[in-house]
Amino acid sequence: MRVTNSRRLRVQRLGFAALTAASVLTVAPIVLVVAYIIVRGAPAIRWEFLTAFPSQGMKGGGILPAIVGTFWLTLGTAAVAVPLGVGAAIYLSEYAPDNRWTRAIRVAIINLAGIPSVVYGLFGLGLFVLFLHFGTSLLAGSLTLSIMTVPVIISTAEEALRAVPNSFRVVSISLGGTQWQTVRRIVLPQALPGILTGVILGLERAAGETAPILFTAAAFFLPRLPTSAFDATMALPYHLFVISTQVPGMPVHIQYGTAVVLLAFVLGMNLLATLIRSRARARRQW
Amino acid sequence: MSEVSSPSHQPSAVSFPTAKIIVENLTVAYSDGTESLRGVQLSMPANAITVLFGPAGGGKSTLLRTLNRLNDLADVVQLSGRVLIDGIDILDPKTDTVALRRRVGIVFARPVVLPMTIRQNLTYGLELAGERRRTRLDEAVERGLKQAALWDEVANRLHEPATSLSGGQQQRLCLARVLALEPEVILLDEPTSGLDPISTGKVEESLQELKQHYTIVLVPHSIQQAARTADLAAFFLGGELVEAAPGKTIFTNPKDQRTEDYVEGRFG
Repeated sequence: MRVTNSRRLRVQRLGFAALTAASVLTVAPIVLVVAYIIVRGAPAIRWEFLTAFPSQGMKGGGILPAIVGTFWLTLGTAAVAVPLGVGAAIYLSEYAPDNRWTRAIRVAIINLAGIPSVVYGLFGLGLFVLFLHFGTSLLAGSLTLSIMTVPVIISTAEEALRAVPNSFRVVSISLGGTQWQTVRRIVLPQALPGILTGVILGLERAAGETAPILFTAAAFFLPRLPTSAFDATMALPYHLFVISTQVPGMPVHIQYGTAVVLLAFVLGMNLLATLIRSRARARRQW
Repeated sequence: MSEVSSPSHQPSAVSFPTAKIIVENLTVAYSDGTESLRGVQLSMPANAITVLFGPAGGGKSTLLRTLNRLNDLADVVQLSGRVLIDGIDILDPKTDTVALRRRVGIVFARPVVLPMTIRQNLTYGLELAGERRRTRLDEAVERGLKQAALWDEVANRLHEPATSLSGGQQQRLCLARVLALEPEVILLDEPTSGLDPISTGKVEESLQELKQHYTIVLVPHSIQQAARTADLAAFFLGGELVEAAPGKTIFTNPKDQRTEDYVEGRFG
């Protein structure tokens, strides 16, 4: 008996060790990548870098237009994707009957989320830039990013809505609430933290994407900030792509400095989502 | 007006001065074939406690949830007969179910407090109905809590989350929440099933007070509770109403053999 026991113990120790190794191996690259980029890029981060236009053919100056462009693109995406995505999620979770039609919609949403982003880019080029004559613009880019983001928002928001206990809905209806009153006063407030988390994660992905804006919004270099939705714009991910591949003799610290700013933008949104989620979890009463 | 056919198991006639609710030949079936009702005939008197009892699956909850059309939320595949409240058929498709549910409140077996403060739980229904006047809301909160025998325990903590209350208090809060709407009929589906005997006693005491002003329909959680509270008792078995009789007679002198077997504990 003792022999078997100690053998089992050994197997268990081995198992733990393997699992620990697996988790360390997944975390290590993330930490290394972030640390490496920060170390290489930190020297570039100065006030001027964040507030000035590029100069000397991108080899000097700052990245202000790219920061502003990514900000506007993200905001534009939010303005379109959030109402659409959350609205669709409310419909699917609270109103839609469970039939072949709604099941088809769900399958479509899941598949949309798996389409490569460059395909969205091409679609945006065809529909918004050319067919609708929006040109290469903030508007066309935001709309393209929205189409990419909406499925993510729908699925996370629907999940958050479905997590609200059904008994709340029954009680609200039994107290003389209409279905809409029930959604607005009980279900939505309870699901809001989960919805916000999904929204932020979806927008975060949009903010960091290059391919969808490549043909629809991004410009190599612009001497001024965009002033209308029909202006083309610079953007952080595209700018990073350009200065890493298209400009010979580019100072390395500017490349990494741009990466640091993009990373800060995206990780900042991620942190916000985590904060919202953990605060809501602490306050939740069910 | 179609003639209402009388099923063979027509319960003995029960006479009360005024019938608040009259169930005529009610048949309900769900899509999954679970608990349903067949040809139920029953008059429920005003200002009294009507007790619906019997083994699980007999159709008691189905009847309860038909009375305020909460069954609309379930997958009902067959619905026929009439349910008259004050002489008006509430099964009519044109019925304003929102208004109906304000007149016919329900308390469930498991207390579900809404994720808000104690006070907000009480004002919720009234606010949905459009009541904004602070004084009216305050009155309703106090009246509901007093009638549900909860006021003394929560009067100075109305702004705390309702989930901070104990299970027994939460169940009385659910009752108070219904009372705040000043309904005419109160449906109670095993309201004391999760409660200790002291809390159960408090709820039963409140019911005796409440029946002065309301028509109460109770599915008790035990046959003892049925015997303690009933002004009219109706025995349900397998979706059929076997027998209905006033007061305690059904427990002491049942007419139907099946009722006798159940009351004496031979099954169920």
